[in-house]
Amino acid sequence: MTQPLDVDRIRKDFPILSRTVRGERPLVYLDSGATSQKPTAVLDAERAFYETSNAGVHRGAHQLAEEATEAYESARAQVAAFVSAQPDDIVFTKNSTESLNLAAYAFSNATAKAAHGAEMDPRFVLHPGDSIVVTQMEHHANLVPWQEVCAKTGVELRWIGLTDDGRLDLDGLDRVIDDTTRVVSVVHQSNILGTVNPVTAIMERARGVGAVGVVDASQSVPHMPVDVGLLGADLVAWTGHKMLGPTGIGVLWGRTEILEAMPPFISGGSMIETVFMEHSTYALPPKRFEAGTPMVAQAVGLAAATRYLDDLGMDNVAAHEHALAGYALEVLAALRGVRIIGPTENTDRGSAVSFVVDGLHPHDVGQFLDDRGVAVRVGHHCAWPTCRRFGVPATTRISPYIYNDTADIDVAVEGILAAQEFFGV
Amino acid sequence: MNVESLYQDIILDHYKHPRGRQLLAAPEGESHQVNPTCGDEVTVQVARDDQGHLVLGYEGQGCSISQASASVMSELLTGEGPDRANEVRTGFVQMMHSKGAAEPDEDLLGDGIAFVGVAKYPARIKCALLPWMALQDAEVRAGIVANGTHDGKAGA
Repeated sequence: MTQPLDVDRIRKDFPILSRTVRGERPLVYLDSGATSQKPTAVLDAERAFYETSNAGVHRGAHQLAEEATEAYESARAQVAAFVSAQPDDIVFTKNSTESLNLAAYAFSNATAKAAHGAEMDPRFVLHPGDSIVVTQMEHHANLVPWQEVCAKTGVELRWIGLTDDGRLDLDGLDRVIDDTTRVVSVVHQSNILGTVNPVTAIMERARGVGAVGVVDASQSVPHMPVDVGLLGADLVAWTGHKMLGPTGIGVLWGRTEILEAMPPFISGGSMIETVFMEHSTYALPPKRFEAGTPMVAQAVGLAAATRYLDDLGMDNVAAHEHALAGYALEVLAALRGVRIIGPTENTDRGSAVSFVVDGLHPHDVGQFLDDRGVAVRVGHHCAWPTCRRFGVPATTRISPYIYNDTADIDVAVEGILAAQEFFGV
Repeated sequence: MNVESLYQDIILDHYKHPRGRQLLAAPEGESHQVNPTCGDEVTVQVARDDQGHLVLGYEGQGCSISQASASVMSELLTGEGPDRANEVRTGFVQMMHSKGAAEPDEDLLGDGIAFVGVAKYPARIKCALLPWMALQDAEVRAGIVANGTHDGKAGA
């Protein structure tokens, strides 16, 4: 059978994967859910930008400024094409957290300004009695900003609960999202459970009650083909560093009309239309949301990452990860004392697999994996309420990507067995 | 450096057979500390007996390093005076920040010297320190030590 990806060839594109750790152990990197490694093409693109075209963008009357602006805006177009979007609907941010804060602050800022008589789009003006809906499997980045909005506006925070097998409990969806609901913000693919949620159906319900729909796509855009327009959301957030790109560059996509209705988040230079001592007017999106000198080299690097992924084919990436998820679920389920936290069936789930080992704390499991050169994440994965839901303080998570194969998972399994033997559990 | 140097037998023994792991009936001070990166938790309580010696209680959930550290601390400091406890705590904290280069003082730290290997793993230092920080906070709350006493010189 032909494999969807040629892992041996791909690995050669990632210099870091040839290093050893903890003595002479080859690095087995299974922590791409935290951050992915970077191929030479991305590193080269950033370096080439700095070596040939570095200058301030959107200003300056010299050739370098033109080239830098062209590089930045081409990157925007490239990233837009990757998710089948229009360039002007792509806002560059620092990361997913900033993208989600940009969305959340649109509500608290509009509410605060409206209280002082400013004319704001009513969809963003909140009142006591309104509600905001998230899920019980959100990363803190898509939970805490909404808690902040609620604290500032007196709005109720609600959430969609989880079933024991790590799926959203959608039975009560119409009760949780009702006529009071003004925002529905849900994660597409859970970073801790691996669950892929039916966001299109949830967004449809959001639209039905007139709520603004937000999707946290941090763990889906890197791992599956995503056409942002088809999600049915108003706003979609993700980040570059989990999809082979540099750190320091994230994305908020929004429907044109929604972005135009949103007040600015971070304000200052580059986001204005006119400025007087008394007041200012603001540029159209996406510039309205990109105050200050932007992350030009990082945008160029992210564009190179999307080209790399496009060359592999996102269908192939998804198929490869689906196969790895199936393998990981099978071998982990066969281990004595190992319990998977999240869906055990390989449908509507990504390749991130969390588990707990009876009698062993995840930190200690992670230490034994690290001793074998295996990099995994241990802890609550910035999803502490999700851990509580499953009655565990923390989990160990393997999160493979395009450069991993089943042999990597086998090394992780050996580490788990060694930890069990050492601790006598 | 390998994982066996981290998990000394003393640490495993305290992890599997924790000493003094229970809460007090009448604590003078209590502190609940959480490691926000991993969710490890420990509650440490402190009281004084008739001679003014410390009585410690604790419970928690977490990795072998954090839980064994609580057990070692409880064994070392129960029955000691506050000044001695401060001295031991200071020594332990210094050892944990030594990057593994310290020659630990067994007379001062007892079984605590087993944690010197943990100091080579930056991600685990906080695990080992968690119960000690909780004790310090509990002592402050109990009025046994002044707030911000880190150097072991001041005290009740």
